[in-house]
Formats: sequence, C-alpha cells, structure tokens
Amino acid sequence: MIEIGLHHYLVVSLIVFLAGLFTVLTRRNAIGILMGVELILNSANINYVAFSRFGGGGYDGQIFSIFVIMLAAAEAAIGLAIVLGIYRKFETIDVEATDTLRG
Amino acid sequence: MSHPIEVGYLRWIVLLPLLGAIINGLFGAHIQKRLGRGAIAAIACTPVAIAFLISVSAFFQLLGLEPNQRFLLDDMSKWIHVGDLKLNLAFWVDPLSCTLILVVTGIGGLIHLYSVGYLDDEPSIWRYFAYLNLFTAAMLTLVLGDSLLVMFVGWEGVGLCSYALIGFWYKDLNNATAGSKAFIVNRIGDFGFVLGMFALYWCLDESGQGTLIFRELAERVHLISDQKVFGIAAATFITLAFFVGATGKSAQIPLYVWLPDAMAGPTPVSALIHAATMVTAGVYMIARMSFLFDMAPDTLAVIATIGTATAFLAATIGVAQWDIKKVLAYSTVSQLGFMFIAMGVGAYSAGIFHLFTHAFFKACLFLGSGSIIHALHHEQDMRNMGGLKKYMPITFLTFFVSTLAIAGIPPFAGFFSKDEILWKAWSSPHGSGWIWLFGSMAAGFTAFYMFRQVFLTFFGEYRGGQAHGHGHADHGHAADHAHAVHGGHGHGQEPHESSKVITGPLVLLALGAILTGFLNVPGALGGHHIFDNWLAPVLQAGSHGAASPAHGAAGAHGVASELAADVEHVAHSVAHDPFEYILMSVSVGIALFGIFLAWLVYEKKAISPERFSEVLGGVPYNLVYNKYYVDEVYQATLIRGTLALSRILSAFDRWIIDGAVNGAAAVVRVVARVEGAFDTYVVDGAVNLVGAVSLWAGNRMRAIQTGHIYSYLYAIVIGVAVVLFVRLI
Repeated sequence: MIEIGLHHYLVVSLIVFLAGLFTVLTRRNAIGILMGVELILNSANINYVAFSRFGGGGYDGQIFSIFVIMLAAAEAAIGLAIVLGIYRKFETIDVEATDTLRG
Repeated sequence: MSHPIEVGYLRWIVLLPLLGAIINGLFGAHIQKRLGRGAIAAIACTPVAIAFLISVSAFFQLLGLEPNQRFLLDDMSKWIHVGDLKLNLAFWVDPLSCTLILVVTGIGGLIHLYSVGYLDDEPSIWRYFAYLNLFTAAMLTLVLGDSLLVMFVGWEGVGLCSYALIGFWYKDLNNATAGSKAFIVNRIGDFGFVLGMFALYWCLDESGQGTLIFRELAERVHLISDQKVFGIAAATFITLAFFVGATGKSAQIPLYVWLPDAMAGPTPVSALIHAATMVTAGVYMIARMSFLFDMAPDTLAVIATIGTATAFLAATIGVAQWDIKKVLAYSTVSQLGFMFIAMGVGAYSAGIFHLFTHAFFKACLFLGSGSIIHALHHEQDMRNMGGLKKYMPITFLTFFVSTLAIAGIPPFAGFFSKDEILWKAWSSPHGSGWIWLFGSMAAGFTAFYMFRQVFLTFFGEYRGGQAHGHGHADHGHAADHAHAVHGGHGHGQEPHESSKVITGPLVLLALGAILTGFLNVPGALGGHHIFDNWLAPVLQAGSHGAASPAHGAAGAHGVASELAADVEHVAHSVAHDPFEYILMSVSVGIALFGIFLAWLVYEKKAISPERFSEVLGGVPYNLVYNKYYVDEVYQATLIRGTLALSRILSAFDRWIIDGAVNGAAAVVRVVARVEGAFDTYVVDGAVNLVGAVSLWAGNRMRAIQTGHIYSYLYAIVIGVAVVLFVRLI
C-alpha cells in the first residue's frame, strides 16, 4: 500500500493550479478561461483538505472547501450568464474581440 | 467470510487500459502522424490483451482456493478517511466479479481488434481508441471496486465514455443529440444510485456501523431490517433507489429510450458498450448486492414486473424495425429484461449466466451487422440488403449461429440461459405463471424478429446496388454513414466478405455462442450446474441452494476433482420436476413457431409483410412501428413540463422580482431629483475642480486600460511573481 502524505497532495494541487493558470493565460475563449478559474479554485480546495487532514485543524479546511465549491458554482453561473450576454452583444466569446472597455 | 488473500496485481487490470487511454488521448494525434495507425491500434489493444491474461490468472488462482474462500483483494491506497467513513481504493475479485472481468477483457479485447478493421477509413482513430480504452478501464473499475463508491466511479465513467462514443461522429447533429440523450437519461438513473448509497450508509450509521464496502455490507445489512425511511421499510427504499439506477444504466422501462438512439455510435461500440458490457452493469449491481435485495421482496416484485414488461414490449417493437442495428438494439433491451426477470425472481445466478451467454451472441450479432454495414458502405436499411449469404459466407455463418442462440434453439447458449430464467420465473417462490407466459411470448417474438432479420439480409436476392439516396425516407437513420469516405466505391459494386481482422473475432464469438451454454446445463438435462456452483458462494440465495459450506470439501485438488464434487452434490440434491421438461418443450416450440412464421412471411413469401401487418391490425402495427410513441410522450410530458416550469419561473422573475426592483428604483429617483438640485449648485463647483484634475490624470492613465482580459491576467501574474521574488530575497 502506498502511503500518501501531505507532499503528494501539494504536488497534485500545484499541478492543478499550474494547469489552471496556463489555461487562463492561453485561452482566448471566455468559457475556457472560466474553466481555468475553476481549476485554480479546485487546487485551493485540495490544499484546504490536505492541510486540514495533515495539519490537525479538525474539519475546518473541509468545511471551507465545501464553501469554495458552492462559491465556484455561483461563480460559474454568473460567469456563464456574462458570457451569454457578451455573446448576444458581440456574437463571439473570443476575449480579444471584446475590447469595448478600452480606455 | 474468511479474510481475503492480498494480491498486488489486480490493480493492473484497471491501470493498463487506463494507461493506454492516457497515451492515446494525450499523444495520439502525434503518434498517428509519426508512426501510423498501426501504432495506435497496438497501444490500444495490447493493454486489454494483457489485462485479459491477468484476469485469466486471477481466475485460476480462485479455482485453486476453497469455494467459500474465493476472494482476492488488492488494497491500492487510502482514499477517503473522514470521521467514521473509511474507504480505500481497493479492487477485489470473487467468482462474480471474476466472471465479469473475463467477459469485459475477453470480449472487449476481441472488439478492440475488430475496431481496427472496422474503422479503417476513420481519420482520427486515436480519439476512438482512447475512449474505448477509457471505457474498458471504467467498466473494470465498476466490476472490481470493493465498495459502492469505487463502483460508482466506474459507473459514472462508463456513462461518460458511452456519451463520448455515441457522439463519436459529432459533426452530425443527430449523433451528438443521441449522445446527450443517453447521458441525461443515465443521469436520472444515477441519481437513484446516489440516493440508494446515501440512504444505505445513513441507515447503517444509525447503529454506528456505517460502511460502503461490499463484504462488510453483507455482514451488517441485517442491522437495517427494522428501520424505516419515509414510512417504508429501509431495505425496500434503498433497493428501489438502486433499481432506479439499474433501469437507467441497463435500459429498462421507463428509462430505456436512450439505448436505441445510442446506435448512432460506431458499430463495435454498440457491440461492446450497448450490448455486452455497460448495459449489464445494472444486472451486475443487483447481483452484487443480492443480500440486500433478498431483504426486500416488494422490490423484487417490482423488478420482475418491470423486467417482464421490458422484455415483452421491446421484443414487439423489434418486430417492426427496418434498421439492422435498431432491431438488435431493441433485442438488447428485451434480453436485458430477461436478466431483470431473473433478478426479480431471486434467480441471480441464472441472470448472470444469461448476461454471460448474451455477451457472446449479442456481440457476435452486432459485429456481424457491422461487417455487413462495412461491406455495404454504411447501408443500414435491411430493405436494401438480401442475398448476402452468397457474398459473405463467414459473416452469414456466425450471424446465423448467434441468431439460433438468441432464439433459444438447443443446444446453443441462449437456450440454456433463457430456459433457466423461464423455469425459475415459473418455479421460484417469487415467480408466477404470468411472468413465464409473457417471458415465453417475448422469446417467441425474439425468434421471429431475429429470423426476419436473417431472411431479409442473407436470403433472397441482393436488393442494394440501385441509385444512392433511397430507403432513408421513413425512419430516422442512425447515421453510421455520416462520415463515410466513399472514395471510388459506388453502391453498384457487389458486396464482399470483410477482412480477417473482422471475421476472426466473429468466429471466436460464434464459438462462444455455441459452447458457453454447456457451462450450466440444468440437472433436468443431466447437467451439473457448473456455473451456478461457481457463483454460489457469492449469491447465497442463488438459484440452486448449492451454497452450503460442506460442498467446499473438494478444496485445492484442482479443477477436475472440484467439478466431480459438484456433480455428486447436484446429483444428490436435485429432484427433477417433470414439469420442467414440459415448460422446456413449450418454450422451444414457441421459438420454432416464431422462426416458422418468419420463414413463411419473409422467405417463402406465403404471406406478404403488408398483408401480415394488416392481419395484425393497423393500430397495433402502427403502435409498434412507432415504438409505442414513448419518445413522443416524454416530449409532451416531461420535457414540455420542464419548459413550462422554467417559463413560470421566468415570469415570476420578470414581474415580481423585477417589479420590486423597479419600485425601489422609482422611489430612489424621486429622492435623487431633490438631491440633484443640491448637487448641481453646491457640490458640483467643488467637484468640477477635482474632476478637472482627475480628467487630466485619467487621460494619462487610460493607456493601461486595454480592455483585453489577458493583459490584466498577465499583469496579475507578473505582480505576484514580483512580490514572491521580493519576499524570497
């Protein structure tokens, strides 16, 4: 049996975070960016749960991560609504094309 | 139960196909470009072949053990340890899961091989094989999982892969829609599974014994016998919830509607996922938890009823279909109904045996139809086939053998398994004459529509070869032809036998369709119920009552002496009911009558099909032809209902919520007007000065406001990097 310790979780979380960051930075599709943000949130979740499991903080981290999941769901709903609005207005969800807010 | 034997190799059965999926999924496009299609096929087929070999060795290790100690455990890692809930990522093999992994890796391996030949004109086979390997890994997780939660991971995984493979040719909207439909309908069922799992854990947790691990559940499940959930017995509630999950995955009424549409996927997928393995997951799940279902006779009655209704109705629909794959799809739904009949009358091992034989002959039928479709350049309408016996002898022979098997003609596999179920439906304490009657009628319909198919496709004159574009007129054509690369071939060419990589698996599966039946010859025919005895330690309430521990005496003396012990045991314990012979002859008679009728109508043409449908009466024929309008009813009730509800909510949003907001806004506007006057004359003077300054500064600053999200993102990342850098120094 493989003993899985804190470091394993942190490495997984780091990989997920970097994947999310990479997605956010490279996607031009607004939905892709939202998905990247979800990945980043999830990497934070993994950290929460891992630290709570190995750091002896009781269930605090897990409760927090559930809040984050809930928050992520709300964020996704609002984000998608915004994307829908953008699509109605610009007929594209390419973030390069939507620069109406340029100063 | 005694302690399991810890082994370290079971994980590879799951991990190897997963590895294949990862390699092909991530790097497949490059591999295909650099090394060619052969490399993709090798990467996909090898892991499944090795997994099969591992499964076989696990099988032999089990055989070497005493019957009631047959289980191996591979505890890979801790998984979820929260509070009292302790779950590991662990796989286990016992006789039941061993049977299933042999089917999944064995038949799955053959279908992988077949796919290489079938998809020879598909541009992105790496995507196909990545999905197919992922499916195999998920299915093996489902089967091997030692707890409900691990099983659920596989359960969801196979659903996902099924969705991806049905919509494999996603550029045709019909295929993509069919995939979504399968996924959504399956989700409804999955909700039942989750509900059952939660309720089961919750009820056990009441007495501090919460667990989701199967072998612990089997020991502790008696604890919930007095509990109630929502006023009904806990066992009944939980098993009903699980059964809802099974109806979704295994295409039973009312959630079967996705399976016929799933034929939009490539034919090998229909054979592997929608005939041989995934759709049987529900049956496996019920058998796995037979100890729980035995506590809920009410649920068993529901299962038997639904199974009978599904077997019968789907068989009648199959009679009026023209698409070669749709016939097989409804036939699958109907055969799954038979398996649920077996579950419902408590004959778990008979159901698993039918699952086992059905996997062989139905995979063979699907692959045979795939061979035809491939040879005819993606023609699926049986009205444009005929006379193929001459052109495709191997396909014909294997298809014919499997048809005899599914029709229940002795001594082919389907006869033994189906007859066992019908006999149990009659004789079991949970069974009844009605189940037997409708089951036998469904078997008769099965024989009829299967031979109708054989006569339409293989006998008579070849009716293809006319101008292209006919025949799709009146039914939604499930579009294998959507992607067809016709190249220089026209429909005018004569069809020809498929290549060896296609016919090889056909021959092996046809052999299975002939031989597997002999694994469970009933006592009434001088057999020894080898298969039942093999499963008996797992399915205590199994059909034969052979689970007594005394019977394990043969021990590790090898297969031969163990079988000999079985023989002795069975011979002494079974008193043959003469009625069994009568029922057996009646069901064979019904099947022969169905074949005779099909011969009369479609080969001899003594009765023309049109006349035949008139005799049947216009109304029933239309009802059957249009699949009882179930899709239309769902559209009118459930889908319309959901839309209406969302319309009501939208109206509420617009009038009530928006009204409140608008009202508040009106009040604010009045106040604002008063303040506005003050603002204009007193505050503005001061503000204008500040404003002028801000305007000047803003004009300088506006350059950094590019309006592009990614430039902000880069600014954030660089900022964070700088802060980190400074901190680290």
